Amino acid sequence: MKLSLSSSPHQRVKRDTGQVMRMVIYAMIPGMIAQSLFFGWGMLIQSVIAVISALVFEGLILYLRNRPIERTLTDYSAVLTGLLIAISIPPTLPWWMTVTGVFFAIAVAKQVYGGLGFNIFNPAMIAYVVLLISFPAAMSLWLPPTTHAGITPSFFDSFSLIFTGFTTSGYDVTQLKTIADGVTMATPLDTLKTGLTQGVTYSESLTKPIFDGGFFEAAGAGWGIVSIAYLLGGLYLWKTRIISWHIPGGMLISVFVCASLLHLVNADYYASPLFHLFNGAVMVGAFFIATDPVSASTTPKGRIIFGAAIGFWIVIIRTFGGYPDAVAFAVIIMNMAVPLIDYYTRPRVYGKNADKGRGKY
Amino acid sequence: MTDFRDLSLQGLWKNNPALVQLLGLCPLLAVTATFINGLGLGLATMLVLIGSNVTVSLVRNLVRNEIRIPVFVMIIAAFVTIIQLIMNAFTYELYLALGIFIPLIVTNCAIIGRAEAFASKNGPLASAYDGLMMGLGFTAVLVILGGMREILGAGTLLAGADRLFGPIAENWTVVLFSTENPFLLAVLPPGAFLGMGLLIAIKNIIDAKIAAQQTVTTEKAARVRVTAES
Repeated sequence: MKLSLSSSPHQRVKRDTGQVMRMVIYAMIPGMIAQSLFFGWGMLIQSVIAVISALVFEGLILYLRNRPIERTLTDYSAVLTGLLIAISIPPTLPWWMTVTGVFFAIAVAKQVYGGLGFNIFNPAMIAYVVLLISFPAAMSLWLPPTTHAGITPSFFDSFSLIFTGFTTSGYDVTQLKTIADGVTMATPLDTLKTGLTQGVTYSESLTKPIFDGGFFEAAGAGWGIVSIAYLLGGLYLWKTRIISWHIPGGMLISVFVCASLLHLVNADYYASPLFHLFNGAVMVGAFFIATDPVSASTTPKGRIIFGAAIGFWIVIIRTFGGYPDAVAFAVIIMNMAVPLIDYYTRPRVYGKNADKGRGKY
Repeated sequence: MTDFRDLSLQGLWKNNPALVQLLGLCPLLAVTATFINGLGLGLATMLVLIGSNVTVSLVRNLVRNEIRIPVFVMIIAAFVTIIQLIMNAFTYELYLALGIFIPLIVTNCAIIGRAEAFASKNGPLASAYDGLMMGLGFTAVLVILGGMREILGAGTLLAGADRLFGPIAENWTVVLFSTENPFLLAVLPPGAFLGMGLLIAIKNIIDAKIAAQQTVTTEKAARVRVTAES
């Protein structure tokens, strides 16, 4: 009889990297369904483009670096990075921009630093930021949700928009955007931002058509539901202990507190906390992006600080910065601070400095 | 005597001020958005470097050691002022485009580094040659980086060549491709850092290849000389 001897812990859940990554991908499914219901087929086509190019770049660079290709490709980390990029970019982005973003995520942000486990920055967010500062116009072209759009691009329309820039009937994205009664519709965050620069108050912005028909007003049509769907997926991840509550909890509470403080100071100028929580990428960011086990803080206390600081930066950059959304910037800023946070929040080794509390004996 | 071949190798490759010494990175990263800007600043830096190296070398036995740094800085500042006035007179548009980075050549550590490390210990001829080679090495990096960023970011090469070479160069601009969505990252500061890192990496790869070849040859040679010791 063979007895296996090992040191504690004796009971453990056996999950390898691939399983964890797959479960995160499953948890994204509700959000992705909601997103494609409200924003069309584009996101699914982008997912295919992003995942395929992520696998190709990863394989290519592993080959150049003489690393095992098959084992790394089957850990699904590249697939997850591709999917995270696909859900955060506008669904009608030209395909070569998506591929450029994926290249920066996989080749520069991940493999140059040494591959999975060594990257100090979240690869998907690096891709997003590279695309945002390189192609600011294309990256802010979101079509209005299908509930509000005059014309919803069909599957073939989305396909041809991504690959040629025009629908099968010859419209480009800007035309599709303005076609609903000749009124341009931007994302809720964009609407608020442009409104404020034109002297339109927050409450006046809320009367714009983009805020009709949300499940509650401030969330904006479509966006609120998508956020809720990602929240559900995130709760599943927490329930199955893929992620701990520390980062999402710290981040969401911090967004809520920071936004509430500003909103209480001047409700005309600063959006309500619910607006901040359920618009843009806060929910996806809290559960799927900030919780990246490689680039996030690793100590429990550090994770709360990490999450809370991300939430703080999101509200600050959204309110006072130049870009409407800020999750990517906030995550990357805090990625840089992780070594410092980890250094100051190291758990005390059991027994070390024990006599400090008890006095000498 | 001074080995001019070694001086050239040091300046252009082995001890390149930008790629190896990593000196003068601030102007290097700031102005290399286009090929011509890089070339303009590179030439200006090279002229200052030659002038200051010769002058420092000539006065090296007159200046007391305790006050050498202020004297060097004043010599460099004088040459930078000369270059600045010349550029203001003859290449006014380039002068505007480079802006604050022309007077900032004074603070380029590569120049005072060469004054301290080389010119204050060697004769004027060797110092002038060292200045020329260091300046060429610096200019080469500026030009390559500027070219890379201009091609990626705007799809052109030699845009604005008339700023440096006068009206004769007005249609030297090579348009490689035109796009409605230029890759702004390459033109923005992050592009400079990424490009610089890439250049250093390429240089390291080449060095590693050369070193690998050399060890192969020396190993073969070493086998002949094996003695009881080894």
